[in-house]
Formats: sequence, C-alpha cells, structure tokens
Amino acid sequence: MDIFQLLSDLFTNYTLRTVAMGSMVLGIVSGALGSFAVLRRQSLLGDAISHAALPGVVLAFLFTRSKEPVVLMVGAILAGWVGTIMMINIVKRSRIKEDSALGLILSVFFGIGLVLLTFTQRLPDASQAGLDKFLFGQAATFLIRDIYAMVFLAGVVLFLLGLFWKEFKLLSFDPEFGESQGFSMNKLDILLTTLLVVAIVIGLQAVGVVLMSAMVVAPAAAARQWTDRLSVMVILAALFGALAGVSGTLVSSTTEGLSTGPTIVLCISLIVFISLLLAPNRGLIWQALRRLRQKRTLYLDGVLADMYSLSRQHDNLEYAHRIEVLRTMNAGRGGVYRSLKTLEAKGLVRRADDRLWALTAEGLPVARRAFLLLHPHALDTPAEKAAQEKGSEA
Amino acid sequence: MTQADIDIQLVAMVTAVACALPGVFLVLRRMAMMSDAISHTVLLGIVLGFFLVGDLNSPLLIVGAAAMGVLTVSLVALLERTRLVKEDAAIGLVFPALFSLAVILISRYAGDVHLDTDAVLTGEIALAPFNRLYIYGYDLGPTGVYLMGVILLLNLLFIVLFYKELKLTTFDAGLAAALGFAPSILHYSLMSLVSITVVGAFDIVGSVLVVALMIAPPATAYLLTDRLPRMIGLSALVGVISAIMGYWIAIAMDASIAGSMAAVAGVLFVLVFLFSPERGMLAIARRRAEQRWLFAQTMLTIHLLNHEGTPEAEQEAQVVHLQEFLRWQPDFAARVVRKAVERQWVIRHNGHLELTASGREHASAAMLQS
Repeated sequence: MDIFQLLSDLFTNYTLRTVAMGSMVLGIVSGALGSFAVLRRQSLLGDAISHAALPGVVLAFLFTRSKEPVVLMVGAILAGWVGTIMMINIVKRSRIKEDSALGLILSVFFGIGLVLLTFTQRLPDASQAGLDKFLFGQAATFLIRDIYAMVFLAGVVLFLLGLFWKEFKLLSFDPEFGESQGFSMNKLDILLTTLLVVAIVIGLQAVGVVLMSAMVVAPAAAARQWTDRLSVMVILAALFGALAGVSGTLVSSTTEGLSTGPTIVLCISLIVFISLLLAPNRGLIWQALRRLRQKRTLYLDGVLADMYSLSRQHDNLEYAHRIEVLRTMNAGRGGVYRSLKTLEAKGLVRRADDRLWALTAEGLPVARRAFLLLHPHALDTPAEKAAQEKGSEA
Repeated sequence: MTQADIDIQLVAMVTAVACALPGVFLVLRRMAMMSDAISHTVLLGIVLGFFLVGDLNSPLLIVGAAAMGVLTVSLVALLERTRLVKEDAAIGLVFPALFSLAVILISRYAGDVHLDTDAVLTGEIALAPFNRLYIYGYDLGPTGVYLMGVILLLNLLFIVLFYKELKLTTFDAGLAAALGFAPSILHYSLMSLVSITVVGAFDIVGSVLVVALMIAPPATAYLLTDRLPRMIGLSALVGVISAIMGYWIAIAMDASIAGSMAAVAGVLFVLVFLFSPERGMLAIARRRAEQRWLFAQTMLTIHLLNHEGTPEAEQEAQVVHLQEFLRWQPDFAARVVRKAVERQWVIRHNGHLELTASGREHASAAMLQS
C-alpha cells in the first residue's frame, strides 16, 4: 500500500478515520497535560492513575450495568482521582516516599480492580468484553460516539488549562512565590491533577493501562528538548502526541498483528529518540559537536601559548619556530599541524618556511593572553610587566 | 483444607516473602517504581528468549528475562545521565517502549503460543497446584513452591552475605563510595535479583501484583520500625499475612486470588498508616493535641509567673481574666486550668490561681528555653 493511498484512506475510510481521530485527541490532551506532569517530576503519576482507574471502571459497570464509555469514564475518573489524592496524602503525612506511594497505589488499586472484575464475570448478562478495553485498549473498536465523548472531555480539559494557564505556570515553576501572591497552590495542585486524571482516562480506551503512561511522559519529554518556553513546550507536546496517535494508527492499519496501542507508543518513543539526538542546543549530537569545538579551541590556545613562550626567549617575538619543537612542547598530543593550519587561516600565525612557523602581529596579543592564562605567574617577570604597561598605555 | 488450598497458600506465601526481601531495599533506596518498570520489561526478555529457544518452559527464559531487567535499569541510568530527562521521566520512557515491543512481537509472531498478555497482567496462581514436580514418579508438590523457594533463598543469601554493604550503600551512598565499596556493582546485583524475583513471581501473581508484593509489605514495615533487620522481618510477616488472608478472602468471595492478596496488602498498609503506635495518623494527631494542651498550660504558668508579686497579681490570676488576656474561649480556659491543676502546676486559692513550686520551675524553664 503506498503512502498516498494510506493518506486518502485516512479521510475516506470510516473506521480508520474514527480511530485516527480518537488517537489524535488522546495524543493532544495527554501531551499537553503531560508537559506539566514531566516538569513537576510527576512523570510516573500517569502510570499510577491509569492503573488506579480500573476499580472505578468495574464499579461503574457493576452499579449501572452499562458499558457506555461515558459511564465507565466517569467511574475511571473518580477512582483515578481518589488514588491520586491518597497517594499525595501518604507522601505528605508519612515517611513513605513518592516512589513507594506510587507503586503502592498502582498495584493495590489494580488488585482491587481485578477482584471486582471477577464479580462481573459471574453476572448472567455480561461478559468482560467492554471492560477489557480499559486494560489493554482497543482503539480499533472506537465508535464515532466514543469520539464525541472524548472530544467533549478533551475540550473541557484544554479550556480549563487555558483558563488557569498563569496559575499552573506558577505552580510548576515557583509554588512558594505563587503562594505568597495569594494563590492557593494546594487547590491548584488538585485541579491540575484532576485534569491529568481526565486526560489519562480519555486515553485509556485507546492504548490501555500500561501504555497510557508513555503517552503522558513521552510527548512532553520530546517537546522539552526543543524549547525552554512552557507555551511552546505544551503546544509541541500536543503536536507530537497527535502525530504519534495518527501515525501509529496508520502503521498498525497496514500491517497484520500490530495492535494500535503499542504501535502508537513505539511511534512516540521514536519521536523521543529523534528529539534526544537532534534537538538544537540540548540534543546529544549538538552536545557532542559543542564539546568537539571546545576541545579544538583548547588545542589552538595551547599551540599559541607554546609559540609565545618560545618567542619570549628570543629578541624578536615574531621569531619562527620549528614544528618539531612545538610538537614536543605539546606533549605529543598530536594535531599540531592541523591547529597551525587553522590558525594560519585565521591570520594568527604564518608559515615562514616548510617547517618553520611564526606568530603574526595580530596573533601576538592573542597568544600572549593564552600564555598568561596558562602561566599566570609569568606576569611577575620584568619583561612581561613592561609589556603589560606598554599594552595598557596603548 | 484440601490439598489444593494448602498448595496455593504455600506458593503464595513463598512468593510473598521472596518479593518482600528485595522490596525492602527498593523502598529504602527510593526505587520502588523500578520494580514496576522491570515487571513489564521482563516480558520482552521472555519473548526474545522464547524466540531463541522455542520452548516456554526453558529455564533460559528466566535468564533472558533477568537480563532484560538489568538492561532496563541500565537504559534508565543511561537516559538519566544525558541529563536531558529526569529519572522519573526516564523510567516512564523506557518501560512502555520495551513492553510495547514485547506485545507487538507476541501478537505478530507468537500468536499461537500460550503467551497471552492477559495472563501476564493477572497471573494464574489458581493453577499452581496443577503444575507439580515429579521425581521418579513421586509427587513432590507444586513446582511454584520450588521455583520461588530457590529465588527466596537466593534473595536471603544475598542479603545475609552483603548485609553490611547493602546497609551502607542504602543509607549513605556517599560514604560507601568513599570507603571503597562499589555501589554500582551492588546496585546491579540487587536489580538482577529483583528481575529474577519478578520473573519467577510473574506466572503466579502477574506483573502488576508483583509490584504490590514488593512494595506494600516493606512500606508497611517502614512505618513500624526504624531498624533494618526488624523491617526485613516485618516485611516478610506482612507478606505472609497478605498471602494467607488474601487467599481465604478470595475463596470466600470467589474472586481473583492475586488481586485479593494485593488488596489485603493495601488494607494492611492503610491500617498501619492510621494506627501505627509511633508514626500512625492517629498517634500523630494525639501527639499534636497533647502538645497544644501542654503549650496552653505553659502559657498559663508563664502568665502567672509574670504577674506574681505585682499589685495586679490578684486580678490577673482570675480565670475570667485569662479569657480576656490570652484570648481563650471560656471552656478552653477552664480545661487548661483543670489540666494544670491536675499536673500540680497551679492551685486554686480563693477564686484565683496560684503557682506551685513545680509550676514556677516549669515556667522559668520554659522562658529560659525560648
């Protein structure tokens, strides 16, 4: 299947379009809310919330006997919320650290959910089919009705995010200052966490419990690499999330045996990988290049300093030195010839003869500075003092 | 109790203790979520091992899974070292990716093999009694007991042999490094053990509930004691109680055994969280209330001491006046006075209060302190 066919399918094929739309909405919301979670070092909260939602889903079903996504989502949101509040309180009110509290809530709630799930199996009218969707996610079974529910919830979440943008920013970066300005950071914390819970529940049906945590962390972690601004980061994360959602759906639709959820997660993981490598300034490749440049500069400074220290022993500071001497002084670290060529291109040294190199008039002050940086005590010698005075007079 | 009851409880107990032992150090080293990550990624190890060997019962799968656990830890460390993401995000990036890979590999290439994701998440402890170890035709009991028993011994041996080193690196990693221990070797050994334990417990209670057995009992024990040996013992005990109570509750309700074990572990934690004698919510609340009363009584004695021997002493020492001066509600003031009288810091004398010798002493000591 060629790519154009695939893209046209995206708009004409009903099922594919529905699933892609669902995944896109999920990517946008979890990317945007995930940005805050990642910045506040709560990346794994998503993992805990998505597991904690299970008992809520099952209870909602047991009470209403309905498998309407909206009903189950409300149950999931309530349970996820209760789990999060419990987790926050455990950390606040005991010596249990955050990681243990997360693991505790995640696994215990999930265990309770499994217990409840066995009750549903005994009900005469119900198989678990609809509930399983929340465990592993089944984007492929999305109906357009589900999408409406998702879009509605997503709209509410994003609207509130925009409304409290400034406050959430304060909460994420300087809660003490926010508190001193009269904002209740506690309430804001609960509000933001609630929004995250809703965002996660929206995604649960698509990618399932385990993989939902990736959709919270990964788009935000990728976006973080490209920018230092919160607004840009949130938008980028939403874009990355949407991109992963749609492309994951497309890829899984073309190949037999690729479930949508895991494929979406692999797509977003690829985006993270690329971002970690390539993002300007922060990316690993940029870091390596910068280190290389710094190393080269150090080499050049070393050679210049050596030349100056040699020149000091002659009457003429622009005396030409043999490259072998410079190599020896450089302690055999190599690269002297290359450094000299670079310096020549910059006009700081000139080639006097085949193997002879001298500092130029422009190169002299640069070399002197490099030399004095390496040998600060040289300033105490009369010659350097004189040169210094002459320099300051000029 | 039928033989099956006994078998399942035996497996559950051994598994719970085997998980609790390394769990203690995960909780203390703030790496609890690493168990969650490992419990997911070992699936990839099992799948890859299966592709290599072609047999689901090969012991090589455990090796592969354990290796994948260590790989997970190394990948997280590698990602963290780039300083581009924080530790929590690094964990959240690594394990879903590896888990997704495993799920895709299973559904694409191993669809007809008994390796479904359902069992991975929930485990099949109810089947434990049917999986029996036979030697020369003799029935030696469920294999689960032996597998987890070996893992339990391995964990115990590791903790006993490297007790000093584990303690040092857990509580003061800097000092351990300065003294010439290699914290990273110990770290990776511990992580290998966690991986092996997870793989072993995987079949029995499923990947999510392994986390419950690893984290909940040690977290509960952590609220009960300050001493490491006691914490290890208590964790094992809580694990055993969760296993047995969980089993019987599950039988009574005809529900998931593993889920019920995790739920009991959670309930035990909540009970200790609320009622632990030293650190429980209740104890803390009571201590706070006591401090509040003590503070009020101290205020009272200081107030009386300040005015002792001055002309207005008689007026200041009236209970009614306390309400005005210290802004106390009438019944609060009355209770404070009653408590102070009980303590024999003050005595009532002709309708006003007088300090006793010990009350005077207490007041001056309190003033000196501040």
